[in-house]
Amino acid sequence: MIDFTPSEDQLAFREMAEGFALNELRPNAIEWDEAKHFPTDVLAQAGALGLGAIYTRDDVGGSGLGRVDSVMIFEALAKGCPTIAAYISIHNMCCWMIDTYGTGDQRAAWCPKLATMDTLASYCLTEPGAGSDASALSTRAVKDGDDYLLTGQKQFISGAGTSDVYIVMARTGDAGPGGISAFLVEKDTPGLSFGANERKMGWNAQPTRTVNMDNMRVPAANMLGAEGKGFNIAMSGLNGGRINIAACSLGGAQAALDATVAYMRDRKAFGKALIAMPTLQFRLAEMATKVEVARTILWRAASSLDAKAPEATTLCAMAKQFVTDECFNVANDALQLHGGYGYLSEYGIEKIVRDLRVHQILEGTNEIMRLIVSRSVIAEN
Amino acid sequence: MAVLLLAELTGGALAVDATAKALSAAKQLGDVTVLCAGASCADAAGAAAELDGVARVLCADDAIYGNGLAEPVAALIVSLAGEYEHFVAPATASAKNIMPRVAALLDVMVISDVSGVVSGDTFERPVYAGNAIQTVKSTDAKKVLTIRTSTFDAAGAGGSAAVEPIGAAADPGLSEWVEDKVAASDRPELTSAGVVVSGGRGVGSEENFALIEQLADKLGAAVGASRAAVDSGYAPNDWQVGQTGKVVAPALYVAVGISGAIQHLAGMKDSKIIVAINKDEDAPIFQVADYGLVADLFKAVPELIDKL
Amino acid sequence: MKVLVPVKRVIDYNVKVRVKADGSGVDLANVKMSMNPFDEIAVEEAIRLKEAGVATEIVAVSIGVKQAQETLRTALAMGADRAILVVAADDVHQDIEPLAVAKILKGVIDAEEPGLVIAGKQAIDNDMNATGQMLAALLGWGQATFASELTVEGDHATVTREVDGGLQTIKVTLPAIVTADLRLNEPRYASLPNIMKAKKKPMEEKTAADYGVDVTPRLQVVGTAEPAARQAGEMVGSVDELVAKLKAAGAI
Ligand SMILES: Cc1cc2nc3c(=O)[nH]c(=O)nc-3n(C[C@H](O)[C@H](O)[C@H](O)COP(=O)(O)OP(=O)(O)OC[C@H]3O[C@@H](n4cnc5c(N)ncnc54)[C@H](O)[C@@H]3O)c2cc1C
Ligand SMILES: Cc1cc2nc3c(=O)[nH]c(=O)nc-3n(C[C@H](O)[C@H](O)[C@H](O)COP(=O)(O)OP(=O)(O)OC[C@H]3O[C@@H](n4cnc5c(N)ncnc54)[C@H](O)[C@@H]3O)c2cc1C
Repeated sequence: MIDFTPSEDQLAFREMAEGFALNELRPNAIEWDEAKHFPTDVLAQAGALGLGAIYTRDDVGGSGLGRVDSVMIFEALAKGCPTIAAYISIHNMCCWMIDTYGTGDQRAAWCPKLATMDTLASYCLTEPGAGSDASALSTRAVKDGDDYLLTGQKQFISGAGTSDVYIVMARTGDAGPGGISAFLVEKDTPGLSFGANERKMGWNAQPTRTVNMDNMRVPAANMLGAEGKGFNIAMSGLNGGRINIAACSLGGAQAALDATVAYMRDRKAFGKALIAMPTLQFRLAEMATKVEVARTILWRAASSLDAKAPEATTLCAMAKQFVTDECFNVANDALQLHGGYGYLSEYGIEKIVRDLRVHQILEGTNEIMRLIVSRSVIAEN
Repeated sequence: MAVLLLAELTGGALAVDATAKALSAAKQLGDVTVLCAGASCADAAGAAAELDGVARVLCADDAIYGNGLAEPVAALIVSLAGEYEHFVAPATASAKNIMPRVAALLDVMVISDVSGVVSGDTFERPVYAGNAIQTVKSTDAKKVLTIRTSTFDAAGAGGSAAVEPIGAAADPGLSEWVEDKVAASDRPELTSAGVVVSGGRGVGSEENFALIEQLADKLGAAVGASRAAVDSGYAPNDWQVGQTGKVVAPALYVAVGISGAIQHLAGMKDSKIIVAINKDEDAPIFQVADYGLVADLFKAVPELIDKL
Repeated sequence: MKVLVPVKRVIDYNVKVRVKADGSGVDLANVKMSMNPFDEIAVEEAIRLKEAGVATEIVAVSIGVKQAQETLRTALAMGADRAILVVAADDVHQDIEPLAVAKILKGVIDAEEPGLVIAGKQAIDNDMNATGQMLAALLGWGQATFASELTVEGDHATVTREVDGGLQTIKVTLPAIVTADLRLNEPRYASLPNIMKAKKKPMEEKTAADYGVDVTPRLQVVGTAEPAARQAGEMVGSVDELVAKLKAAGAI
């Protein structure tokens, strides 16, 4: 038997996260989106609840939970606001990378303050010339005495300009993934600068900027993991990152579905409530089924990560692609079922659609997810 | 059977409206003796004696009853308990403090917020913030009730009952009054006013609340507030209307900048006419409003004050 | 000083209550249940007293169905030190009346001897607003209900109470019962690490019979009905129209 029943603890985690999402995030989500406001005070509140370092070990202030726990929590958070939940997921990924690959000093220096979210983190892999093909990145890190000098540009960096620490993947060696190392870069480092906040379709409640590095001096002690391991570290972070982002799509879709059912009870057309129309009921059934299937593959992928199973990378890629695609569709259907009102911002549905759209693109596009899955399918057979 | 009705006193005077409404419920249960317990409460007892349907008034005039502390008043009621089957009080903050204590001392269940009297042992009361009305039948020999005043009409004047002074019961001496902070107001009392104007979070600040008060004064109304408005410090706590605040049922209730959460509706949905002014056309308050106006309150309320 | 906090498992305050079609009660199957909001405030106040060095131990007690242990876990995760579950019902639809709850609590208190009990002023399901007062009566203790401010000094507590005309401040001799009103504080969320730690905190399980209390209801529920629905109203387009309608209806 496979038990899909959440444990008592998981129910409690979820209840807390949902309470936080519905009381602290949802009432402000539309306003933050409109004002392009990144609510760092609310992030610190989340940090105080252990949400900044959910799957980081507890000796450095993390909550020490597993990946299934984490996706349940991110789903709950995203019911309040997918954008904030998604930023928290990126921050968690960074904290976990430092916890897992950092030296004792690095862990002690960063994890406790990242856990409280008084200090925020960004993940810097993508470049203007290297997106899907991230291992082709060209930011250079040149050894200079006890330091490295980093020069290059990172594109689309979530939290940039506000975050206090940046995990930067840069080339210390030859072309290809084996020539890449990861560095911990502090915000006030000379030579580091940020571009303007990008104008974008969704995810407006968190900044996205370029990160520019011009002969930026970083002590060698700030290298995260061994030289040449940066790409592996970046990818292993993304395994968790992908399912967390998928969980954010799931929470958004669930919230949109719930809102739709409530709306259809009230809204009348042709003399009866929308909810009484058989074709629309079927539509709801399809949406609910997609959401539930999405949750199932997500939990499966997360539990494979908890078990450190060899197929975890493939399952995470499957989950990321399936969940973010189908949950976007569900949110889009929710908009459709709201009619013209769904297109207005007051109902919050169009915001969910805009927010979820980018989950199909970032942390590896869904085409790249298919690439990962197809490679493993072909290799296995 | 005999009924003991605890009179509501405010600052030593009889709160006529609350007491007379509870009296209407009490009369259905038997001969009503009113108990006035207070410091220098002879006048209050006299006023109670004039209510229609009061058989007699007991006046326990003693300093220990001056501030309505629950322990001495409950002890007094229990000392009189032998003669009575029903113990009734209006569901005010003061009586809600006292009556459950009385009930426990008598080893019976209290029946709070009675909104209907079916018979001597069967009563209706709202539960789940008024989302359901429960009918309960008491199996206790004595019944202790508080009466939701908003659902009973006030008994009239015209009585001439005898007033009997009674001595104080022993003071349990468990608590001591320190001070009251009661704002003096010329406005009608919230729970008995014929018109209530309430403001919510939408009003935005304590200063802006003056607008609500102006409208209230124009209408001769009492002022109410939502919990959000009270929590935000726009209005004092005793203005809160709702499940856990005051329950009102005026002839006209005007809700301004209030969304209409179920907990607020629990306190005002029995009003005769409800007017809602809110800028959000989907605010749930419009579902209970007789007249809804979608408008910015800062435009609509001054205009309304002007045109009344 | 030991502080005892009774907590009740009730239908979540966000859930829309539905009366069962046969009038037998309210449908509680598969609805979200939570800690009574006033009890959360009571737990929070006890934690603040502990953080201030006034309270030394917080004991949370719940009386009801076995599932109330979830509510106790929440109290433990917020910061209570240990919990006592008194199983007194096996059907979630059976509400234990305040009188019986107070009697059981008296039994618990006789054994635990706390210096202060902080309860919620009212449970949002039966809306009875009675347990604290009844418990105070049974114990022969003083009561300070509807508290919006609480300070403990030596052998007494000073409590500001929300009353009809405004605020009243009284002093009660300890041990005493305080019941929490909405503005006493804003309760915290339990953090993830504290949810984990709550698992390891002790939870004792008792039954009503252990305290010799008969929980048979004194009030038989004869029926439960939907409140009368209001007639649908109308939207008006302007202040002028509103004034005209109110005049026509004789409201002004
Ligand atoms: C709002 C936002 C926030 C972001 N935050 C971060 C961040 O914090 N840190 C970070 O490092 N990056 C971040 N990104 C970058 C994101 O991860 C990249 O945009 C993404 O990896 C795609 O890269 P690209 O934009 O360069 O697209 P391209 O790589 O140019 O891809 C263009 C299209 O071609 C397809 N494609 C490319 N190669 C293949 C192939 N081999 N087979 C099939 N199809 C292919 C892609 O799927 C896509 O549809 C963010 C992006 C956005 C929009
Ligand atoms: C246990 C418990 C007990 C509770 N008890 C009570 C209670 O007794 N009484 C009570 O009221 N609540 C109570 N509540 C709280 C209740 O759930 C709501 O949170 C509260 O009623 C909301 O108050 P509000 O309508 O003022 O605020 P909001 O819900 O924030 O609504 C404000 C409204 O103002 C409108 N608005 C804003 N600006 C303007 C403008 N310029 N012009 C016009 N309209 C504007 C908005 O559209 C909105 O509809 C309780 C909650 C709990 C959990």
